[in-house]
Amino acid sequence: MKLTVWTYEGPPHVGAMRVATAMDDVHFVLHAPQGDTYADLLFTMIERRSERPPVAYTTFEARDLGGDTANVFKKTLNEAHDRFDPDLILVGASCTAELIQDDPGGLAKRIGLPVPVVPLELPSFSKKEHWGASETFYQIVRNLADRTVRRAKPVRGRPRCNILGPTALGFRHRDDVSEIAGLLSYLGVDLNIVAPLHASPADIKQIGHADFNVVLYPEIAETTARWLEKTFGQPYTKTIPIGVGATREFIQEVRELGNLLETEDLDQSNLPWWSNSVDSTYFTGKRVFIFGDATHAIAAARVATEEIGFEVVGLGCYNREFARDVRDAAKKYGVEALITDDYLEVEDAISKAQPELILGTQMERHIAKRLGVPCATIAAPVHVHDYPARYSPQMGFEGANVIFDTWIHPLLMGLEEHLLGMFREDFEFNDAAGPSHISGHAESPATVTELPTSVGWAPEAEAELRKVPFFVRGKARKNTEQFARERHLDTISLDTLYEAKAHYGR
Amino acid sequence: MSTLISTEDREGRSLPVIRERGQREVFCGLTSIVWLHRKIQDAFFLVVGSRTCAHLIQSAAGVMIFAEPRFATAILEDRDLAGLADANDELDAVVDRLLSRRPDIKMLFLVGSCPSEVIKLDLAVAAKRLSKRFLPKVRVLNYSGSGIETTFTQGEDGCLAALVADTAASKTAKPSLLVVGALADIVEDQFGRLFKALGIDDVKFLPGRTAGTQPEIGPNTHYLLAQPFLRDTARALDELGAQRIDAPFPIGAEGTTEWLRAAANIWGVDEARFERAIELPRSRAEKSLVRYRETLQDKSIFFFPDSQLEVPLARFLSRELGMQLLEVGTPYLHQDLIEKELDFLADTATLSEGQDVDAQLDRCLEAQPDITVCGLGLANPLEAKGLVTKWSIELMFSPIQGFDQAGDAAELFARPLIRKRRLAV
Repeated sequence: MKLTVWTYEGPPHVGAMRVATAMDDVHFVLHAPQGDTYADLLFTMIERRSERPPVAYTTFEARDLGGDTANVFKKTLNEAHDRFDPDLILVGASCTAELIQDDPGGLAKRIGLPVPVVPLELPSFSKKEHWGASETFYQIVRNLADRTVRRAKPVRGRPRCNILGPTALGFRHRDDVSEIAGLLSYLGVDLNIVAPLHASPADIKQIGHADFNVVLYPEIAETTARWLEKTFGQPYTKTIPIGVGATREFIQEVRELGNLLETEDLDQSNLPWWSNSVDSTYFTGKRVFIFGDATHAIAAARVATEEIGFEVVGLGCYNREFARDVRDAAKKYGVEALITDDYLEVEDAISKAQPELILGTQMERHIAKRLGVPCATIAAPVHVHDYPARYSPQMGFEGANVIFDTWIHPLLMGLEEHLLGMFREDFEFNDAAGPSHISGHAESPATVTELPTSVGWAPEAEAELRKVPFFVRGKARKNTEQFARERHLDTISLDTLYEAKAHYGR
Repeated sequence: MSTLISTEDREGRSLPVIRERGQREVFCGLTSIVWLHRKIQDAFFLVVGSRTCAHLIQSAAGVMIFAEPRFATAILEDRDLAGLADANDELDAVVDRLLSRRPDIKMLFLVGSCPSEVIKLDLAVAAKRLSKRFLPKVRVLNYSGSGIETTFTQGEDGCLAALVADTAASKTAKPSLLVVGALADIVEDQFGRLFKALGIDDVKFLPGRTAGTQPEIGPNTHYLLAQPFLRDTARALDELGAQRIDAPFPIGAEGTTEWLRAAANIWGVDEARFERAIELPRSRAEKSLVRYRETLQDKSIFFFPDSQLEVPLARFLSRELGMQLLEVGTPYLHQDLIEKELDFLADTATLSEGQDVDAQLDRCLEAQPDITVCGLGLANPLEAKGLVTKWSIELMFSPIQGFDQAGDAAELFARPLIRKRRLAV
């Protein structure tokens, strides 16, 4: 039993729903009690979808338990088939239905519907949402892919690929697909299918008709891509094109997989010049804490360090399945990877690291609000605000522009920060006022965790510390106390404070 | 799978009732925790369930509003399912961790879920065991919010019933009034002032705002339900000898008047005093409704089942704002508790109890109502089909009871229509 306040991922059947909802002409019959229909609102409210997710819930009740829940399932399956007339039916069980062991797959088989039925095993008590999405996509492809469909020699020398991974309720999946499809077309690559998003079962049958696969979200598509590599000999891309550098490498990888010649320079991002222009000096060395799914977190760390000049003070992910990749990346930045799905642990790690910017999920946005630290979202779990009306990809060159703008927005502008530094006791323009371009900065920076201390502060040193801007005050306090402890000082005087400052540099 | 039957009010007029069984597009009882944990300020709600339960509560809250909420889920894992003794030890460990993190908690509810019910984890026994350990500091109670047994607001019913069952019987001989059902603090305060003006001094509210202020209950307690979904709570109160005051529910000027009058009659308040006490707020309520009548008059409305507030709301909208009722769907029709409401509704609507959502959507699209009241899962899909909707969950999350909220309640229904009128895109 695990005490959980907020969860980063839903149960595996929600992952299955993300795949079913993304696709066309698919219906998912879910053995589940009343209440599990809450998941519909994730799609209709958060993502503003205009159609109900294609899911039929059996809604069994306590009084059915002694009797025949299996019949309730069979009835729902038959009715869903008759009403929605799908080309593919997925059947599965949510957590409670898993416990009553009705075997939806076996029941469906005995009914013998005239459409393909793919049974899903979704172990709710050990697996989570991303796993469920990955497994569902894999089962659909494995069951539907026509193994006789092979890629003949490229026509006119144009290679052909599939884009794999985008689902419903993903973080910017809709726009990432447009951006990458556009990029591939520019490079001279034809698109076979995109899946699961907007793919029909008929499309999935044709998945073999491509030279290689582009994997955008390994959490969802890597298992399938591996199977396709084995079965159809289709290699797949390993680079996630988030940020300018990664997008360039992705282009290189695609050129190699597609036997394409180098064409003219494609670099259309504003990010490099925006980061090199003088105003961006004030980003240099800003301490940033990064947490999300592994793919987005690792990509964010690279953009943060190489393309904006931040310093990574924390890096982690909530999906253990990809922990190794995050550990490897963390080593590069000299931090210890935080692998956990415990929100309280993440909050603890962030307040200890005292970052100046948090790049996280909607959960970290809450932590940021509490601690009074600026924050931008980089990954799911999502919120209605993560579905902007405007085109807003994370991937490709336009994605890099979007990332630059989004991350920079919550920060203080260059001169503003200096003025705050110079006139810390100005009664109107102080820490609590916050960046002038963001209104309603109501959070009190006093909520920044002040760590317990064993060293005493002289009143005048304490007063001086308060003049340090709040977003680095915690760090200054910690460093000064560390400095004092190492020198066995009982009291921190004004001089100790400045000596520590000279010692640590900032 | 639906059957059409008919129910009769006391004058013998008939109300057709569609009874359905099928897919239900409603929340389970766990959802009530979203408001209950704010209402009782030193209580904590620990759901013993699955990741689905945790995900449900956090999603139903819409946004994660509370950085440190007073609810959490003890998520069952594979190893807990192996043996029950183990699950109990694990639960004790979770409660230990929780209470040491939150020393401010005085009352802990262990809330049962579908999986905990199916594996027959006995939370009543667990609550007793934990109470023994943590009393007098923390009282541990339990109830079920599972979807196999409860719909949405029935979670509050279970919670309050558990509170009542754990209440010491009052021995005072003086009659007291108990208002039952979680209301917004501001509404409670208004009712408190009105009862005082009526000369009813000893008024308590259930739930009380803290663990230490839960009311005593006994044979001299007269209770007035403020919410229509409190079937089990009413039964628990009856068992303690408390007496129910039959009344419609305090929604709208008329509903609030009749609700107050039912209590006033028990206390023998004379008509003149009653009129004096409510005259001003009632005229304010009536005035506040005029503004919205122009928008709502003669508009048709269709209710999908959600909170059990549907019948009182339908009565309010039809009688005080002139709306045309099409279908009034409710998860459960507790006829004895809403008899007074049904009297008002006779011959105006078709009632439906339970749900087969696809069949109901067919009826709704066929009827083309001017406004449809439904849950969050259905609202955007119906808007996309050109219907105007009102999210029913907002009716639970906004103060709509009492005279001074009558206008607010009407506004919730008028706004979607006004929006439709304004938008030119």
